[in-house]
Amino acid sequence: MAARTNASQRATRDAVRSALQGKRAEPGAVIFRLLLITMLLSLLLILIVLLGDILIGAWPTFRDRGFDFVFSGLSLNPETAGVWTGIVGSLAIALFVVIFAIPIGIGAAIYLEEYAPDNTLTRFTDTAVRNLAGVPSIVFGLLGLTIFVVIVNAIGLGGSTAGKNVIAAGITMAALVLPIVIITSAEAIRAVPYTIREAGYGVGATKWEVIRSHVLPSAFPGILTGTVLTLARAFGETAPLLVIGVATGFFSASADATVLEKLTGPYTALPVIVFSWSRQTDPAFLNTLAPAAIVVLLTVLFSINAVAIYFRNRFEKKW
Amino acid sequence: MVTDMNDTLDTAAGVPPGAPSPRQPGRKTRTVDGSASIAPTGNEADDSNPVIIDVEDLNVYYGDFHAVKDVTLPIRQHEITALIGPSGCGKSTVLRCFNRMNDLIETARVEGKVEYHGVDLYGKNVDPVEVRRHVGMVFQKPNPFPKSIYDNISFGPKIAGYKDDMDDLVEETLHKAALWDEVKNKLNESAYALSGGQQQRLCIARAIATSPDVLLMDEPASALDPIATLRIEELVFELKKDYSIIIVTHNMQQAARVSDRTAFFSVEVGETGQRTGKLVEFSHTTQLFTNPDQQETEDYITGRFG
Repeated sequence: MAARTNASQRATRDAVRSALQGKRAEPGAVIFRLLLITMLLSLLLILIVLLGDILIGAWPTFRDRGFDFVFSGLSLNPETAGVWTGIVGSLAIALFVVIFAIPIGIGAAIYLEEYAPDNTLTRFTDTAVRNLAGVPSIVFGLLGLTIFVVIVNAIGLGGSTAGKNVIAAGITMAALVLPIVIITSAEAIRAVPYTIREAGYGVGATKWEVIRSHVLPSAFPGILTGTVLTLARAFGETAPLLVIGVATGFFSASADATVLEKLTGPYTALPVIVFSWSRQTDPAFLNTLAPAAIVVLLTVLFSINAVAIYFRNRFEKKW
Repeated sequence: MVTDMNDTLDTAAGVPPGAPSPRQPGRKTRTVDGSASIAPTGNEADDSNPVIIDVEDLNVYYGDFHAVKDVTLPIRQHEITALIGPSGCGKSTVLRCFNRMNDLIETARVEGKVEYHGVDLYGKNVDPVEVRRHVGMVFQKPNPFPKSIYDNISFGPKIAGYKDDMDDLVEETLHKAALWDEVKNKLNESAYALSGGQQQRLCIARAIATSPDVLLMDEPASALDPIATLRIEELVFELKKDYSIIIVTHNMQQAARVSDRTAFFSVEVGETGQRTGKLVEFSHTTQLFTNPDQQETEDYITGRFG
């Protein structure tokens, strides 16, 4: 090769090489990139400080009491107080969300996406749902207090709390997350390609068959992820519960109470326990018990998210 | 935009049907034109074939937009009818009137006569779902269901209430679509694991699984490479024995190769700039490509416009 390369070819090659090898100086790009990294790092720093502070605070409780802390009920004595009542209360609220918000939300989303005609009313509903998702949770607490508590009491489920019980709280929380369930489900349904629907209609499927056999199965992982995440939201909300009369003091449900008595009696929830302990006069509650309760709360939330991710991957991998 | 390029190339080539394509000199794979197994067609149109879909004065509107005007097009049984023309000429819109696919677009309005075996498809009490079981459809981009190969085929028959052995039907259908040998060992695998060409043949298999009478194909090969296209064309030609086929294509050579009759559509620009599709000429494929009646057709097929 080299032998056949004459002088002019070499000159061209050198010129091309120097043109292609130019070093570009872009100080703006470097600074921009550093800025982005700084932002990301500051976020990580906040997260680490937050988690570190909580874990350090919580450590003595778990070291000294282990799972006893998780499975003990509420108590005025910091030596024996635990979060079990709160876990049960939060799970009960989550159950109401599963029973009410998820079916109603998914149903509304299917109607909005697949059946509702594209008119002013539909667009208004759509906008209303989106705005509802942004309404502060305390407002839903007031709604719960003035409507759900009254209704629950009126239909005879008031119990010893005159309606300020876990049933009213669960329904309130369901109303709170309902718009989010609708939005995430609607987005999952909208993401199903039109070509799949076309294919379904093309082989003579009815609208119902297309939705049942193709749209919903394709949208399922997205709907599932969205709804499980709303469960996490319901698990962590505190403000509405405070408004509709969650027990922030200490109570002990009698061991022989029936299910109905438990449902209609006083209740509490995990985030409420954190709130309540941080206001106690005994500093042990604020300094070690509240962080420990937060650790339990976060563990539950992360588990819920992990379940969501697991299901999404499982169903998406299939095809 | 690949299709547009093809279109330009085809137009530029201006090949009469049956002639070897000058576009691929020396390409052995592209043997459709001259091969013995598939003789060039375009001369099999027989005016004694009964009319299966009779279109008269068809007008289609999308809201205020007049998409297609005054189309009269008798489609005959066991023939391949090609609809060709530039983009926006309404050929797909017309095709989608034959199985009432336009019903899915809320603003679409169809006027005029579309009769299938003498029954008005847009008549009262006609159920579009039943229409689509008689008139199957294959779409431009392969769109298998995100399910197994088996389920892709069995879905249509199942919802239509097919009672006999489904395994047999799936096998028979895949044989007809010339896909059985390639997929027989992976019927339970995802349809998305297949190549684009295989997916499209699966879609054709899915369309014929419900034993329709008529097959509509909306540019079925435009998203495929030449070899996959060839296989689709061979398949379309095979299927002609059992079905009446209407195929929309951007590719004029494809129309010339596979079809018996060709309808050439064009665009008419109104005073307000509105672009309305119209049928320019409809005749035997050989005649349309060699000796068209209309100057506009000749300009299009010889590449003077489009």
